[in-house]
Amino acid sequence: MRIELEKRPQASVLYAVLSPFIALVLTVIAGGIMFWLLGKDPVSALYSFFVEPLLDVWSLHEIAIKAAPLILIGVGLSICYRSNNWNIGAEGQFIMGAIAGSIVPVVFHEWHSPLVLPLMLIFGMVGGALYAAIPAFLKANLNTNEILSSLMLVYVAQFFLDWIVRGPWRSPEGYNFPVTRNFTPEAILPEILDSGRTNLGFVFAIVAALLIWFMMRYTLKGFEITVLGQSERAGRFAGFSSRRMIWFSMLLSGALAGLAGISEVSGNINKLQPIISPGYGFTAIIVAFLGRLNPLGIIAAGLFLALTYVGGEAVQLTLTVSDKVTRVFQGLLLFFVLSCDTLILYKIRLVFPGRTAAVGQGAVQGAVQGGAE
Amino acid sequence: MKKLLLALATSAAVLGFAASASAQDKTKICFIYVGSKTDGGWTQAHDIGRQALQAEFGDKIETPFLESVPEGPDAERAIERMARSGCALVFTTSFGFMDATIKVAEKFPDVKFEHATGFKSAPNVATYNSRFYEGRYIQGQIAAKMSQKGVAGYIASFPIPEVVMGINAFVHGAQSVNPDFKVKVIWANTWFDPGKEADAAKALIDQGVDILTQHTDTTAPMQVAAERGIKAFGQASDMIKAGPETQLTAIVDTWGAYYIKRTKELLDGTWKSEQVWDGLKDGILTMAPYTNMPDDVKKMAEDTEAKIRSGELHPFTGPIKKQDGSEWLKDGEKPEDGVLLGMNFYIAGVDDKLPQ
Repeated sequence: MRIELEKRPQASVLYAVLSPFIALVLTVIAGGIMFWLLGKDPVSALYSFFVEPLLDVWSLHEIAIKAAPLILIGVGLSICYRSNNWNIGAEGQFIMGAIAGSIVPVVFHEWHSPLVLPLMLIFGMVGGALYAAIPAFLKANLNTNEILSSLMLVYVAQFFLDWIVRGPWRSPEGYNFPVTRNFTPEAILPEILDSGRTNLGFVFAIVAALLIWFMMRYTLKGFEITVLGQSERAGRFAGFSSRRMIWFSMLLSGALAGLAGISEVSGNINKLQPIISPGYGFTAIIVAFLGRLNPLGIIAAGLFLALTYVGGEAVQLTLTVSDKVTRVFQGLLLFFVLSCDTLILYKIRLVFPGRTAAVGQGAVQGAVQGGAE
Repeated sequence: MKKLLLALATSAAVLGFAASASAQDKTKICFIYVGSKTDGGWTQAHDIGRQALQAEFGDKIETPFLESVPEGPDAERAIERMARSGCALVFTTSFGFMDATIKVAEKFPDVKFEHATGFKSAPNVATYNSRFYEGRYIQGQIAAKMSQKGVAGYIASFPIPEVVMGINAFVHGAQSVNPDFKVKVIWANTWFDPGKEADAAKALIDQGVDILTQHTDTTAPMQVAAERGIKAFGQASDMIKAGPETQLTAIVDTWGAYYIKRTKELLDGTWKSEQVWDGLKDGILTMAPYTNMPDDVKKMAEDTEAKIRSGELHPFTGPIKKQDGSEWLKDGEKPEDGVLLGMNFYIAGVDDKLPQ
């Protein structure tokens, strides 16, 4: 018996909906086996991983905090990826947004006004957008590969942050440690509920996702993004400019990453320090694809990935397993999601030896046709 | 079916009750690690301390821990989780956990916290640190004796006072033996990254150093030194296994004694917030056996160690000049602890520009 993949005549709507759930079930089964092999009770492990964090108001807040930057960056990236602009440098735009936004509370720390916070947020978005403008300019004018240029600019941003907190912005009250002064209360994003730490950053994330969902679905711009992403030539015939799309998508995703950066620094860290992100800009790439580049899907994916982080800690603590388990889980999940997506475009067919000839030929033909499309 | 469900529910309830009852009897002493507990260096030294603590008190305490917690907003969540899970005392074992520890401590005034290597404290937050520079001074002396070329390589992590102080102590120790001794520094900008640390070690050796020392957490530099046939010093844990013929000695952090002492105080109800900075004489810092060196060098190292222990010798005793040639300490002068803890300049003899 052989297993063959046969291309479907058109993408399956049923599996497009089902595949993430199949992936989730497979992840849970594989994860359970992993816990069992580690000598831990798989049921209680999975319980503290996926359920326990949802039962506590405190940890719900923590999930929201963790999800906010992932969603905010992820929806921005979805515009890039849908229009065929591969911005991999959201991490750098996140950092530059955080630095630009911090100009107000660090350099003008004696200025107290309700305008401080709005200005910080605007500066943050401008900072992120300007940083994304570099790969956008290079691609639009010199046809440079934006994957490489945006990725390499991440390291530049990281070192720039490192330098600025050790050098010009180092806190005079910090024993020479590499941190800026703490932000004053008016420079800190307010918490939205009394029950926990969730701040306005989460609201930004949800609003941004809804706006972009609306844009993609109901506006000409959304149509333009889709058309240019699927076929640049067709887009050109329709009068859309792919050069302007480079600028639009890169600046938009840069601004959102910058907003995520300044929100994280203002709401959670309250100062700049050499490391302000555990890799949100990169994890957001996973989130964007897990959410199928659909803003509503990205909200769900962001929340789910945040759950795996928070749940991973809970498991570490209750069962004393290594922190690597969390990473393995996230890896398993991504692997299963990607492989289950095969079902949207392909059918699985079991081929039995007796009947191979005819069926096999059909499958090959199907594959060839699929390839030629 | 109903019966089965009922049985399951009852047994679950009984189990749950039993679990909570046994948990209540034990005091929870919790640990937050920045790296992996098997890093062979900094975090492993803390984990060995934790195991010593567990062995000392046996069934009376539990010692849960979270490892590889990134310094930043994640740290606050991890520490808060500890506080919420019923920990009575939480040790946060990296400098970058400082503000997060203070923030969480404000929310949980009944939980006690101890933060390693920081400078902020509160009524329920103590700090503890070790005078690593004492060991580095000894290492400097050994390096000066053992090096043919008179140049050592130093793999540093972040240019914070703690690390700068270590470099200066090493240089000053070396110059007490060979006044022309030089040190080259590479900043790895990480505490824990075997790849980067190994690259830094290779780069230093290519630049002509013949002794290697490190202020990063893994055994990678030791392994590179072993491959290239030069001598090296271990950091935080005894790294002799990574270089049986390479390691001269290592600064070994023996946190266990401190953890046991503080836990005892907690159980007795005498725990107070303090800012502790102990050294060789208090047993929080020990030197791994002096190996792979001639007897006279070993003798010198042991003498110096004894002098530091007895208080006869302070590693930073003047005259010492800063790198720019200006005077830092006059003849016989010793620095105050506050000055050491905020050190942001090199002394003369360091072949590097301090990242500012």
